[in-house]
Amino acid sequence: MKNKIKNSKKFALLGIKKPLKLDNGKNLKNFKIFYQTYGKLNKSKNNTILICHALSGDQYAAGQNPITKRPGWWSKAIGPNLPIDTNKFFVICSNILGGCLGSSGPKEINPKTKRVFNMSFPVITIRDMVNAQKMLIDELGIKKLLCVIGGSAGGFQALQWAANYPEIVISAIPIATSFRHSAQNIAFHEVGRQAIMSDPNWCNGNYINKKKRPEKGLSVARMLAHITYLSEEAFQRKFGRNLQNKLSLTYGFKTDFQVESYLKYQGQTFVDRFDANSYLYITRAMDYFDLPSQKKDGLKNIFKNTPVKFCVISFTSDWVYPTKYSKEIVDSLNAVGANVSFVEIQTDKGHDAFLLDEKEFNGTVRGFLKATANKIGF
Amino acid sequence: MNRLDFEIIKNVIKDNSRILDIGCENGELLKFLNKGKKIDGRGLEISQKNVNICVKHGLSVVQGDADKDLISYPSKSFDFVILSQTLQATRSPEKVLNELTRISKRAIVSFPNFGTWLVRLKLLFKGVMPQLKSLPHTWYTTPNIHLCTIKDFKQLCNKNSIKIEQNFYLDKNGKKITNFIKKFFNNFFSLSGLFVLKK
Repeated sequence: MKNKIKNSKKFALLGIKKPLKLDNGKNLKNFKIFYQTYGKLNKSKNNTILICHALSGDQYAAGQNPITKRPGWWSKAIGPNLPIDTNKFFVICSNILGGCLGSSGPKEINPKTKRVFNMSFPVITIRDMVNAQKMLIDELGIKKLLCVIGGSAGGFQALQWAANYPEIVISAIPIATSFRHSAQNIAFHEVGRQAIMSDPNWCNGNYINKKKRPEKGLSVARMLAHITYLSEEAFQRKFGRNLQNKLSLTYGFKTDFQVESYLKYQGQTFVDRFDANSYLYITRAMDYFDLPSQKKDGLKNIFKNTPVKFCVISFTSDWVYPTKYSKEIVDSLNAVGANVSFVEIQTDKGHDAFLLDEKEFNGTVRGFLKATANKIGF
Repeated sequence: MNRLDFEIIKNVIKDNSRILDIGCENGELLKFLNKGKKIDGRGLEISQKNVNICVKHGLSVVQGDADKDLISYPSKSFDFVILSQTLQATRSPEKVLNELTRISKRAIVSFPNFGTWLVRLKLLFKGVMPQLKSLPHTWYTTPNIHLCTIKDFKQLCNKNSIKIEQNFYLDKNGKKITNFIKKFFNNFFSLSGLFVLKK
Protein backbone atom coordinates (compact mmCIF):
# COMPACT_ATOMS: atom_id res chain seq x y z
CA MET A 1 0.00 0.00 0.00
CA LYS A 2 1.33 3.39 -1.03
CA ASN A 3 1.14 6.34 1.35
CA LYS A 4 0.27 4.39 4.42
CA ILE A 5 -1.71 6.47 6.86
CA LYS A 6 0.31 7.60 9.83
CA ASN A 7 -0.55 10.15 12.48
CA SER A 8 2.08 12.13 14.31
CA LYS A 9 2.27 15.31 16.35
CA LYS A 10 2.61 18.17 13.91
CA PHE A 11 2.01 21.81 14.59
CA ALA A 12 2.74 25.25 13.26
CA LEU A 13 3.44 28.31 15.36
CA LEU A 14 1.57 31.14 13.64
CA GLY A 15 0.90 34.84 14.03
CA ILE A 16 4.49 35.60 14.97
CA LYS A 17 5.22 38.43 12.56
CA LYS A 18 1.63 39.37 11.85
CA PRO A 19 -1.12 38.57 14.35
CA LEU A 20 -4.45 37.01 13.43
CA LYS A 21 -7.07 39.76 13.40
CA LEU A 22 -10.14 38.32 15.09
CA ASP A 23 -13.75 39.22 14.36
CA ASN A 24 -14.13 40.53 17.92
CA GLY A 25 -11.52 43.19 17.15
CA LYS A 26 -8.70 41.65 19.14
CA ASN A 27 -5.42 40.32 17.80
CA LEU A 28 -4.14 36.82 18.41
CA LYS A 29 -0.37 36.50 18.43
CA ASN A 30 1.85 33.43 18.67
CA PHE A 31 -0.81 30.80 18.39
CA LYS A 32 -0.51 27.14 17.53
CA ILE A 33 -2.39 25.08 14.99
CA PHE A 34 -1.96 21.32 15.19
CA TYR A 35 -2.49 19.45 11.96
CA GLN A 36 -2.05 16.18 10.10
CA THR A 37 -1.21 15.52 6.48
CA TYR A 38 -1.85 12.40 4.45
CA GLY A 39 -0.54 11.57 1.00
CA LYS A 40 2.04 13.57 -0.91
CA LEU A 41 2.06 17.06 -2.35
CA ASN A 42 2.65 16.76 -6.10
CA LYS A 43 5.19 18.77 -8.07
CA SER A 44 2.72 21.33 -9.36
CA LYS A 45 1.37 21.71 -5.82
CA ASN A 46 -2.21 21.50 -7.01
CA ASN A 47 -3.43 18.31 -5.33
CA THR A 48 -4.13 19.61 -1.84
CA ILE A 49 -7.44 18.87 -0.18
CA LEU A 50 -8.25 20.64 3.05
CA ILE A 51 -10.54 18.78 5.43
CA CYS A 52 -12.43 20.94 7.93
CA HIS A 53 -13.62 19.13 11.01
CA ALA A 54 -16.90 19.60 12.85
CA LEU A 55 -17.63 20.61 16.46
CA SER A 56 -16.28 17.51 18.13
CA GLY A 57 -13.77 16.49 15.47
CA ASP A 58 -10.00 16.86 15.42
CA GLN A 59 -6.99 16.72 13.14
CA TYR A 60 -6.88 12.92 13.20
CA ALA A 61 -9.25 12.48 10.25
CA ALA A 62 -7.67 9.34 8.82
CA GLY A 63 -5.81 6.31 10.12
CA GLN A 64 -5.85 5.64 13.84
CA ASN A 65 -6.45 8.39 16.35
CA PRO A 66 -3.37 8.15 18.62
CA ILE A 67 -5.32 9.42 21.65
CA THR A 68 -8.48 7.34 21.53
CA LYS A 69 -6.76 4.44 19.69
CA ARG A 70 -9.87 4.30 17.55
CA PRO A 71 -10.13 4.92 13.79
CA GLY A 72 -9.90 8.60 12.79
CA TRP A 73 -13.30 10.31 12.48
CA TRP A 74 -13.28 10.15 8.68
CA SER A 75 -11.08 7.12 8.15
CA LYS A 76 -13.83 5.58 6.03
CA ALA A 77 -13.50 8.36 3.47
CA ILE A 78 -9.80 9.30 3.57
CA GLY A 79 -7.05 6.85 2.69
CA PRO A 80 -5.48 4.95 -0.17
CA ASN A 81 -8.13 4.19 -2.83
CA LEU A 82 -10.88 5.67 -0.68
CA PRO A 83 -13.08 8.53 -2.02
CA ILE A 84 -10.53 11.07 -0.77
CA ASP A 85 -7.69 9.05 -2.20
CA THR A 86 -4.35 9.67 -0.48
CA ASN A 87 -2.56 8.00 -3.38
CA LYS A 88 -3.63 10.97 -5.48
CA PHE A 89 -4.28 13.82 -3.12
CA PHE A 90 -2.35 15.62 -0.41
CA VAL A 91 -4.80 15.88 2.46
CA ILE A 92 -4.49 18.39 5.29
CA CYS A 93 -6.67 18.40 8.37
CA SER A 94 -6.04 20.86 11.17
CA ASN A 95 -7.46 21.14 14.65
CA ILE A 96 -9.60 24.27 14.59
CA LEU A 97 -8.69 27.37 16.53
CA GLY A 98 -10.36 26.98 19.92
CA GLY A 99 -10.18 23.21 19.64
CA CYS A 100 -8.69 21.03 22.34
CA LEU A 101 -6.19 18.77 20.61
CA GLY A 102 -3.22 21.10 20.63
CA SER A 103 -4.37 24.14 18.68
CA SER A 104 -4.64 27.32 20.70
CA GLY A 105 -7.81 27.32 22.74
CA PRO A 106 -9.09 27.84 26.27
CA LYS A 107 -7.15 24.91 27.75
CA GLU A 108 -3.76 25.99 26.34
CA ILE A 109 -1.23 28.29 27.95
CA ASN A 110 -1.47 31.98 27.10
CA PRO A 111 2.08 32.75 25.90
CA LYS A 112 1.77 36.27 27.29
CA THR A 113 0.76 35.41 30.86
CA LYS A 114 2.20 31.86 30.92
CA ARG A 115 -1.08 30.75 32.49
CA VAL A 116 -3.95 28.69 31.12
CA PHE A 117 -6.30 30.81 29.03
CA ASN A 118 -9.56 29.41 30.42
CA MET A 119 -12.29 31.97 29.75
CA SER A 120 -9.76 34.68 28.88
CA PHE A 121 -9.37 33.04 25.48
CA PRO A 122 -11.00 35.42 23.00
CA VAL A 123 -14.43 34.47 21.66
CA ILE A 124 -13.77 33.33 18.11
CA THR A 125 -15.83 32.84 14.95
CA ILE A 126 -15.87 30.41 12.04
CA ARG A 127 -14.18 33.12 9.97
CA ASP A 128 -11.38 33.34 12.55
CA MET A 129 -10.89 29.58 12.33
CA VAL A 130 -10.66 29.81 8.54
CA ASN A 131 -8.23 32.72 8.67
CA ALA A 132 -6.06 30.69 11.04
CA GLN A 133 -6.16 27.77 8.58
CA LYS A 134 -5.17 30.17 5.81
CA MET A 135 -2.08 31.13 7.82
CA LEU A 136 -1.27 27.44 8.18
CA ILE A 137 -1.64 26.87 4.43
CA ASP A 138 0.65 29.84 3.77
CA GLU A 139 3.15 28.44 6.25
CA LEU A 140 3.10 25.12 4.38
CA GLY A 141 3.74 26.97 1.10
CA ILE A 142 0.46 25.93 -0.50
CA LYS A 143 -1.09 28.41 -2.93
CA LYS A 144 -4.05 26.42 -4.25
CA LEU A 145 -6.59 24.14 -2.62
CA LEU A 146 -8.06 21.62 -5.03
CA CYS A 147 -10.95 21.21 -2.63
CA VAL A 148 -12.10 22.28 0.81
CA ILE A 149 -14.37 19.65 2.32
CA GLY A 150 -16.29 19.70 5.55
CA GLY A 151 -19.47 18.46 7.18
CA SER A 152 -21.59 20.36 9.69
CA ALA A 153 -19.39 23.09 11.28
CA GLY A 154 -16.76 21.87 8.80
CA GLY A 155 -19.23 22.83 6.08
CA PHE A 156 -19.43 26.34 7.57
CA GLN A 157 -15.67 26.53 7.18
CA ALA A 158 -15.78 25.21 3.61
CA LEU A 159 -18.34 27.90 2.70
CA GLN A 160 -16.33 30.56 4.50
CA TRP A 161 -13.17 29.49 2.66
CA ALA A 162 -14.96 29.76 -0.68
CA ALA A 163 -16.35 33.16 0.29
CA ASN A 164 -13.07 34.63 1.54
CA TYR A 165 -10.45 32.99 -0.64
CA PRO A 166 -11.93 32.26 -4.10
CA GLU A 167 -8.49 32.76 -5.64
CA ILE A 168 -7.14 29.83 -3.62
CA VAL A 169 -10.09 27.46 -3.46
CA ILE A 170 -10.75 25.55 -6.69
CA SER A 171 -13.71 23.62 -5.36
CA ALA A 172 -15.69 23.11 -2.17
CA ILE A 173 -17.88 20.33 -0.79
CA PRO A 174 -20.08 21.67 2.01
CA ILE A 175 -21.86 18.69 3.55
CA ALA A 176 -24.86 18.49 5.89
CA THR A 177 -24.52 22.16 6.62
CA SER A 178 -26.12 25.58 6.43
CA PHE A 179 -25.27 29.19 5.70
CA ARG A 180 -26.32 30.31 9.18
CA HIS A 181 -27.31 28.95 12.56
CA SER A 182 -31.05 28.89 13.04
CA ALA A 183 -32.88 29.75 16.26
CA GLN A 184 -33.31 26.03 16.94
CA ASN A 185 -29.59 25.36 16.36
CA ILE A 186 -28.70 28.10 18.82
CA ALA A 187 -31.29 26.82 21.28
CA PHE A 188 -29.82 23.30 21.38
CA HIS A 189 -26.32 24.70 21.81
CA GLU A 190 -27.45 26.94 24.63
CA VAL A 191 -28.88 23.99 26.57
CA GLY A 192 -25.52 22.24 26.15
CA ARG A 193 -23.63 25.26 27.38
CA GLN A 194 -25.96 25.74 30.33
CA ALA A 195 -25.41 22.09 31.29
CA ILE A 196 -21.65 22.68 31.37
CA MET A 197 -21.77 26.02 33.15
CA SER A 198 -24.16 24.79 35.82
CA ASP A 199 -21.86 21.92 36.72
CA PRO A 200 -20.26 22.98 40.06
CA ASN A 201 -16.97 21.57 38.79
CA TRP A 202 -16.92 24.11 35.98
CA CYS A 203 -15.71 26.72 38.54
CA ASN A 204 -16.50 29.70 36.28
CA GLY A 205 -14.30 28.12 33.66
CA ASN A 206 -11.24 27.79 35.89
CA TYR A 207 -11.56 24.04 36.48
CA ILE A 208 -8.04 23.28 35.21
CA ASN A 209 -6.46 25.49 37.89
CA LYS A 210 -8.76 23.94 40.52
CA LYS A 211 -7.88 20.44 39.26
CA LYS A 212 -11.51 19.63 38.62
CA ARG A 213 -13.48 18.61 35.52
CA PRO A 214 -17.10 19.46 34.70
CA GLU A 215 -17.68 15.94 33.43
CA LYS A 216 -21.37 15.73 34.29
CA GLY A 217 -22.18 18.95 32.48
CA LEU A 218 -20.14 18.14 29.39
CA SER A 219 -21.57 14.65 29.13
CA VAL A 220 -25.16 15.93 29.38
CA ALA A 221 -24.33 18.47 26.66
CA ARG A 222 -23.03 15.67 24.47
CA MET A 223 -25.99 13.41 25.16
CA LEU A 224 -28.39 16.13 24.12
CA ALA A 225 -26.37 17.00 21.01
CA HIS A 226 -26.09 13.35 20.06
CA ILE A 227 -29.87 13.02 19.94
CA THR A 228 -29.95 15.76 17.33
CA TYR A 229 -27.24 14.04 15.24
CA LEU A 230 -29.39 10.97 14.71
CA SER A 231 -32.91 10.72 13.36
CA GLU A 232 -36.08 9.46 14.95
CA GLU A 233 -36.01 6.48 12.56
CA ALA A 234 -32.41 5.65 13.39
CA PHE A 235 -33.11 5.65 17.13
CA GLN A 236 -36.13 3.45 16.62
CA ARG A 237 -34.25 1.09 14.32
CA LYS A 238 -31.26 0.81 16.66
CA PHE A 239 -32.97 0.61 20.05
CA GLY A 240 -36.73 0.60 19.88
CA ARG A 241 -37.92 0.06 23.45
CA ASN A 242 -35.32 -2.61 24.13
CA LEU A 243 -34.31 -2.99 27.75
CA GLN A 244 -30.70 -2.85 28.90
CA ASN A 245 -29.54 -6.18 30.36
CA LYS A 246 -32.86 -6.87 31.99
CA LEU A 247 -36.10 -8.64 31.28
CA SER A 248 -38.54 -6.20 32.79
CA LEU A 249 -38.87 -2.59 33.91
CA THR A 250 -37.29 -1.82 37.31
CA TYR A 251 -39.73 0.89 38.37
CA GLY A 252 -36.73 3.06 39.20
CA PHE A 253 -34.53 5.67 37.60
CA LYS A 254 -31.47 3.65 36.72
CA THR A 255 -30.77 2.63 33.15
CA ASP A 256 -33.81 0.65 32.02
CA PHE A 257 -33.64 1.25 28.28
CA GLN A 258 -30.86 0.52 25.82
CA VAL A 259 -31.12 4.01 24.40
CA GLU A 260 -30.35 5.47 27.85
CA SER A 261 -27.28 3.33 28.17
CA TYR A 262 -26.17 4.30 24.67
CA LEU A 263 -26.48 8.02 25.39
CA LYS A 264 -24.62 7.71 28.68
CA TYR A 265 -21.84 5.87 26.88
CA GLN A 266 -21.71 8.62 24.25
CA GLY A 267 -21.48 11.24 27.00
CA GLN A 268 -18.80 9.33 28.91
CA THR A 269 -16.51 8.67 25.95
CA PHE A 270 -16.83 12.31 24.98
CA VAL A 271 -15.65 13.73 28.31
CA ASP A 272 -12.60 11.48 28.09
CA ARG A 273 -11.44 13.24 24.95
CA PHE A 274 -12.97 16.72 24.93
CA ASP A 275 -12.53 19.93 26.87
CA ALA A 276 -15.62 21.62 28.30
CA ASN A 277 -14.50 25.18 27.64
CA SER A 278 -13.59 24.30 24.07
CA TYR A 279 -17.15 23.06 23.70
CA LEU A 280 -18.42 26.45 24.86
CA TYR A 281 -16.16 28.37 22.49
CA ILE A 282 -16.81 26.25 19.41
CA THR A 283 -20.59 26.12 19.87
CA ARG A 284 -20.52 29.91 20.28
CA ALA A 285 -18.56 30.30 17.06
CA MET A 286 -21.15 28.14 15.29
CA ASP A 287 -24.02 30.19 16.73
CA TYR A 288 -22.37 33.36 15.46
CA PHE A 289 -22.09 31.91 11.96
CA ASP A 290 -24.30 33.92 9.60
CA LEU A 291 -22.66 34.01 6.17
CA PRO A 292 -25.26 36.24 4.42
CA SER A 293 -24.78 38.93 7.08
CA GLN A 294 -21.13 39.30 6.10
CA LYS A 295 -22.00 41.29 2.99
CA LYS A 296 -24.76 43.60 1.84
CA ASP A 297 -27.38 41.68 -0.16
CA GLY A 298 -26.32 38.42 1.49
CA LEU A 299 -25.34 35.13 -0.10
CA LYS A 300 -25.75 36.22 -3.70
CA ASN A 301 -23.31 39.06 -3.26
CA ILE A 302 -20.88 36.87 -1.35
CA PHE A 303 -20.59 34.39 -4.21
CA LYS A 304 -20.96 36.86 -7.09
CA ASN A 305 -18.56 35.90 -9.91
CA THR A 306 -17.13 33.08 -7.81
CA PRO A 307 -14.84 30.75 -9.77
CA VAL A 308 -15.24 28.07 -7.09
CA LYS A 309 -16.90 24.82 -8.15
CA PHE A 310 -19.37 23.63 -5.51
CA CYS A 311 -20.82 20.27 -4.64
CA VAL A 312 -23.45 20.70 -1.95
CA ILE A 313 -24.56 17.52 -0.20
CA SER A 314 -27.42 17.05 2.24
CA PHE A 315 -29.13 14.10 3.90
CA THR A 316 -32.88 13.50 3.92
CA SER A 317 -33.12 12.71 7.64
CA ASP A 318 -30.80 15.50 8.86
CA TRP A 319 -32.86 17.73 11.13
CA VAL A 320 -29.95 19.79 12.44
CA TYR A 321 -29.28 21.32 9.02
CA PRO A 322 -32.17 20.10 6.85
CA THR A 323 -31.97 19.95 3.06
CA LYS A 324 -33.86 23.23 2.66
CA TYR A 325 -30.81 25.14 3.92
CA SER A 326 -28.56 23.41 1.39
CA LYS A 327 -31.15 24.19 -1.27
CA GLU A 328 -31.01 27.85 -0.34
CA ILE A 329 -27.23 27.83 -0.79
CA VAL A 330 -27.67 26.13 -4.17
CA ASP A 331 -30.33 28.62 -5.30
CA SER A 332 -28.08 31.53 -4.39
CA LEU A 333 -25.17 29.96 -6.25
CA ASN A 334 -27.37 29.36 -9.30
CA ALA A 335 -28.52 32.94 -9.11
CA VAL A 336 -24.97 34.13 -9.66
CA GLY A 337 -24.27 31.53 -12.34
CA ALA A 338 -21.83 29.60 -10.16
CA ASN A 339 -20.82 26.05 -11.02
CA VAL A 340 -22.77 24.00 -8.53
CA SER A 341 -23.86 20.42 -8.08
CA PHE A 342 -26.37 19.42 -5.47
CA VAL A 343 -27.03 15.95 -4.16
CA GLU A 344 -29.47 14.93 -1.46
CA ILE A 345 -28.68 11.51 -0.05
CA GLN A 346 -31.56 9.27 1.01
CA THR A 347 -30.73 7.94 4.46
CA ASP A 348 -32.31 7.49 7.89
CA LYS A 349 -28.99 8.05 9.66
CA GLY A 350 -29.57 11.74 10.31
CA HIS A 351 -27.01 14.52 10.51
CA ASP A 352 -24.13 12.16 11.31
CA ALA A 353 -24.66 10.27 8.04
CA PHE A 354 -21.61 12.01 6.54
CA LEU A 355 -19.37 10.26 9.06
CA LEU A 356 -20.77 6.86 8.23
CA ASP A 357 -20.13 4.68 5.25
CA GLU A 358 -22.92 5.82 2.91
CA LYS A 359 -22.33 4.37 -0.52
CA GLU A 360 -24.13 7.10 -2.46
CA PHE A 361 -22.25 9.75 -0.53
CA ASN A 362 -18.85 8.19 -1.12
CA GLY A 363 -19.60 7.87 -4.84
CA THR A 364 -20.55 11.52 -5.06
CA VAL A 365 -17.40 12.76 -3.32
CA ARG A 366 -15.20 10.46 -5.39
CA GLY A 367 -16.83 11.48 -8.70
CA PHE A 368 -16.74 15.18 -7.95
CA LEU A 369 -13.09 15.14 -6.87
CA LYS A 370 -12.10 13.10 -9.90
CA ALA A 371 -13.84 15.52 -12.26
CA THR A 372 -12.29 18.52 -10.52
CA ALA A 373 -8.82 16.97 -10.70
CA ASN A 374 -9.32 16.12 -14.39
CA LYS A 375 -10.33 19.68 -15.13
CA ILE A 376 -7.11 21.14 -13.82
CA GLY A 377 -5.15 18.43 -15.53
CA PHE A 378 -4.03 15.61 -13.30
CA MET B 1 -34.39 11.58 -26.85
CA ASN B 2 -32.13 9.58 -29.11
CA ARG B 3 -28.64 9.84 -30.52
CA LEU B 4 -29.87 11.59 -33.66
CA ASP B 5 -31.30 14.37 -31.52
CA PHE B 6 -27.93 14.56 -29.80
CA GLU B 7 -26.14 15.03 -33.11
CA ILE B 8 -28.39 17.89 -34.14
CA ILE B 9 -27.94 19.58 -30.77
CA LYS B 10 -24.19 19.08 -30.93
CA ASN B 11 -24.07 20.78 -34.31
CA VAL B 12 -26.10 23.73 -33.07
CA ILE B 13 -23.96 24.32 -29.99
CA LYS B 14 -20.78 26.28 -30.46
CA ASP B 15 -17.48 25.54 -28.77
CA ASN B 16 -16.71 27.20 -25.42
CA SER B 17 -20.34 27.80 -24.62
CA ARG B 18 -21.95 27.55 -21.26
CA ILE B 19 -25.00 25.32 -21.46
CA LEU B 20 -27.79 24.14 -19.19
CA ASP B 21 -29.51 20.86 -19.95
CA ILE B 22 -32.93 20.97 -18.32
CA GLY B 23 -34.23 17.53 -17.49
CA CYS B 24 -30.79 16.06 -18.12
CA GLU B 25 -31.79 12.63 -16.71
CA ASN B 26 -28.61 10.60 -16.16
CA GLY B 27 -26.42 13.06 -18.03
CA GLU B 28 -26.26 11.24 -21.41
CA LEU B 29 -26.42 14.41 -23.49
CA LEU B 30 -23.96 16.33 -21.30
CA LYS B 31 -21.48 13.47 -21.51
CA PHE B 32 -22.02 13.26 -25.27
CA LEU B 33 -21.40 16.99 -25.69
CA ASN B 34 -18.39 16.88 -23.38
CA LYS B 35 -16.73 14.35 -25.66
CA GLY B 36 -16.57 16.25 -28.92
CA LYS B 37 -16.93 19.80 -27.66
CA LYS B 38 -15.37 22.21 -25.25
CA ILE B 39 -18.35 23.22 -23.20
CA ASP B 40 -19.15 24.31 -19.68
CA GLY B 41 -22.16 22.09 -19.10
CA ARG B 42 -24.65 22.14 -16.26
CA GLY B 43 -27.77 20.14 -15.64
CA LEU B 44 -31.10 20.50 -13.89
CA GLU B 45 -32.88 17.27 -13.12
CA ILE B 46 -36.00 16.53 -11.14
CA SER B 47 -35.12 13.00 -10.03
CA GLN B 48 -32.63 12.97 -7.18
CA LYS B 49 -31.52 9.49 -8.17
CA ASN B 50 -30.52 10.72 -11.62
CA VAL B 51 -28.78 13.75 -10.12
CA ASN B 52 -26.65 11.50 -7.94
CA ILE B 53 -25.67 9.43 -10.99
CA CYS B 54 -24.66 12.61 -12.85
CA VAL B 55 -22.54 14.00 -10.02
CA LYS B 56 -20.83 10.63 -9.58
CA HIS B 57 -19.83 10.95 -13.23
CA GLY B 58 -18.38 14.37 -12.55
CA LEU B 59 -21.18 16.43 -14.09
CA SER B 60 -22.43 19.65 -12.49
CA VAL B 61 -26.06 18.94 -11.88
CA VAL B 62 -28.57 20.19 -9.35
CA GLN B 63 -31.89 18.76 -8.34
CA GLY B 64 -34.69 21.00 -9.48
CA ASP B 65 -37.90 21.53 -11.39
CA ALA B 66 -38.17 23.37 -14.73
CA ASP B 67 -41.51 24.80 -13.64
CA LYS B 68 -40.20 26.30 -10.41
CA ASP B 69 -36.44 26.71 -10.42
CA LEU B 70 -35.51 28.53 -13.64
CA ILE B 71 -36.55 31.75 -11.97
CA SER B 72 -33.43 31.70 -9.76
CA TYR B 73 -31.04 31.88 -12.74
CA PRO B 74 -29.94 35.34 -13.85
CA SER B 75 -30.79 36.62 -17.34
CA LYS B 76 -28.62 35.45 -20.23
CA SER B 77 -26.47 33.35 -17.92
CA PHE B 78 -26.14 30.55 -20.48
CA ASP B 79 -25.19 30.51 -24.13
CA PHE B 80 -27.58 27.62 -24.68
CA VAL B 81 -30.28 25.97 -22.64
CA ILE B 82 -31.70 22.68 -23.80
CA LEU B 83 -35.20 21.44 -23.05
CA SER B 84 -35.57 18.16 -24.83
CA GLN B 85 -38.95 16.41 -25.07
CA THR B 86 -40.05 17.95 -21.78
CA LEU B 87 -42.02 21.11 -22.61
CA GLN B 88 -45.24 19.11 -22.96
CA ALA B 89 -44.82 17.78 -19.43
CA THR B 90 -44.44 21.17 -17.74
CA ARG B 91 -47.25 22.80 -15.84
CA SER B 92 -46.89 26.17 -17.53
CA PRO B 93 -45.23 25.80 -20.95
CA GLU B 94 -45.63 29.49 -21.74
CA LYS B 95 -43.86 30.56 -18.57
CA VAL B 96 -41.15 27.94 -19.07
CA LEU B 97 -40.57 29.11 -22.67
CA ASN B 98 -40.19 32.68 -21.50
CA GLU B 99 -37.83 31.65 -18.71
CA LEU B 100 -35.75 29.57 -21.17
CA THR B 101 -35.29 32.48 -23.50
CA ARG B 102 -34.65 34.86 -20.62
CA ILE B 103 -31.83 32.88 -19.00
CA SER B 104 -30.13 31.95 -22.29
CA LYS B 105 -28.85 33.56 -25.42
CA ARG B 106 -30.37 30.64 -27.33
CA ALA B 107 -32.81 27.95 -26.27
CA ILE B 108 -33.00 24.55 -27.92
CA VAL B 109 -36.46 23.05 -27.49
CA SER B 110 -37.78 19.79 -28.84
CA PHE B 111 -41.16 18.14 -28.34
CA PRO B 112 -43.39 15.45 -29.87
CA ASN B 113 -45.66 16.84 -32.55
CA PHE B 114 -49.30 16.09 -31.83
CA GLY B 115 -50.21 17.28 -35.32
CA THR B 116 -48.55 14.35 -37.07
CA TRP B 117 -50.69 12.41 -39.53
CA LEU B 118 -50.26 9.32 -37.36
CA VAL B 119 -52.05 11.00 -34.47
CA ARG B 120 -54.71 12.46 -36.72
CA LEU B 121 -55.33 9.10 -38.36
CA LYS B 122 -55.56 7.18 -35.10
CA LEU B 123 -57.90 9.69 -33.56
CA LEU B 124 -60.05 9.84 -36.69
CA PHE B 125 -60.45 6.10 -37.16
CA LYS B 126 -60.05 4.66 -33.69
CA GLY B 127 -61.52 7.51 -31.64
CA VAL B 128 -59.17 6.90 -28.69
CA MET B 129 -56.14 8.83 -27.45
CA PRO B 130 -53.31 7.86 -29.79
CA GLN B 131 -50.25 5.99 -28.52
CA LEU B 132 -47.11 6.22 -30.63
CA LYS B 133 -43.41 5.48 -30.21
CA SER B 134 -42.93 9.14 -29.37
CA LEU B 135 -46.04 9.17 -27.15
CA PRO B 136 -45.98 5.75 -25.53
CA HIS B 137 -48.23 6.41 -22.51
CA THR B 138 -51.91 5.81 -22.04
CA TRP B 139 -53.98 8.94 -21.46
CA TYR B 140 -54.27 8.12 -17.76
CA THR B 141 -50.57 7.51 -17.11
CA THR B 142 -49.02 10.12 -19.37
CA PRO B 143 -46.86 12.88 -17.86
CA ASN B 144 -47.61 14.86 -21.03
CA ILE B 145 -50.23 17.28 -19.81
CA HIS B 146 -49.68 20.00 -22.41
CA LEU B 147 -49.31 18.33 -25.78
CA CYS B 148 -49.20 20.61 -28.80
CA THR B 149 -48.67 20.62 -32.52
CA ILE B 150 -45.79 22.34 -34.29
CA LYS B 151 -48.26 24.99 -35.44
CA ASP B 152 -49.43 25.56 -31.84
CA PHE B 153 -45.84 25.92 -30.73
CA LYS B 154 -44.99 28.43 -33.42
CA GLN B 155 -48.05 30.48 -32.52
CA LEU B 156 -47.04 30.50 -28.86
CA CYS B 157 -43.53 31.67 -29.77
CA ASN B 158 -45.03 34.36 -31.96
CA LYS B 159 -47.37 35.52 -29.19
CA ASN B 160 -44.39 35.92 -26.85
CA SER B 161 -42.13 37.57 -29.47
CA ILE B 162 -39.76 34.61 -29.38
CA LYS B 163 -37.81 34.28 -32.60
CA ILE B 164 -37.33 30.84 -34.12
CA GLU B 165 -33.81 30.91 -35.52
CA GLN B 166 -33.52 27.36 -36.73
CA ASN B 167 -35.97 24.52 -37.10
CA PHE B 168 -35.52 20.80 -37.55
CA TYR B 169 -38.40 18.50 -38.42
CA LEU B 170 -37.84 14.91 -37.47
CA ASP B 171 -39.34 11.68 -38.76
CA LYS B 172 -40.22 8.64 -36.72
CA ASN B 173 -36.57 7.55 -36.62
CA GLY B 174 -35.51 10.94 -35.31
CA LYS B 175 -33.94 11.79 -38.66
CA LYS B 176 -34.13 15.22 -40.19
CA ILE B 177 -36.84 15.45 -42.84
CA THR B 178 -35.24 16.66 -46.05
CA ASN B 179 -38.03 16.05 -48.53
CA PHE B 180 -39.22 19.45 -49.70
CA ILE B 181 -42.95 18.66 -49.63
CA LYS B 182 -42.80 16.97 -46.23
CA LYS B 183 -40.80 19.91 -44.92
CA PHE B 184 -43.41 22.32 -46.19
CA PHE B 185 -46.20 20.32 -44.55
CA ASN B 186 -44.07 19.73 -41.47
CA ASN B 187 -46.97 19.88 -39.03
CA PHE B 188 -48.48 16.92 -40.86
CA PHE B 189 -45.40 14.85 -41.60
CA SER B 190 -43.01 15.25 -38.67
CA LEU B 191 -43.13 13.20 -35.48
CA SER B 192 -41.26 15.81 -33.51
CA GLY B 193 -39.73 19.23 -33.88
CA LEU B 194 -36.52 20.76 -32.62
CA PHE B 195 -36.21 24.53 -32.54
CA VAL B 196 -33.52 27.05 -31.74
CA LEU B 197 -35.15 30.04 -30.08
CA LYS B 198 -34.02 33.52 -29.23
CA LYS B 199 -35.53 36.50 -27.54
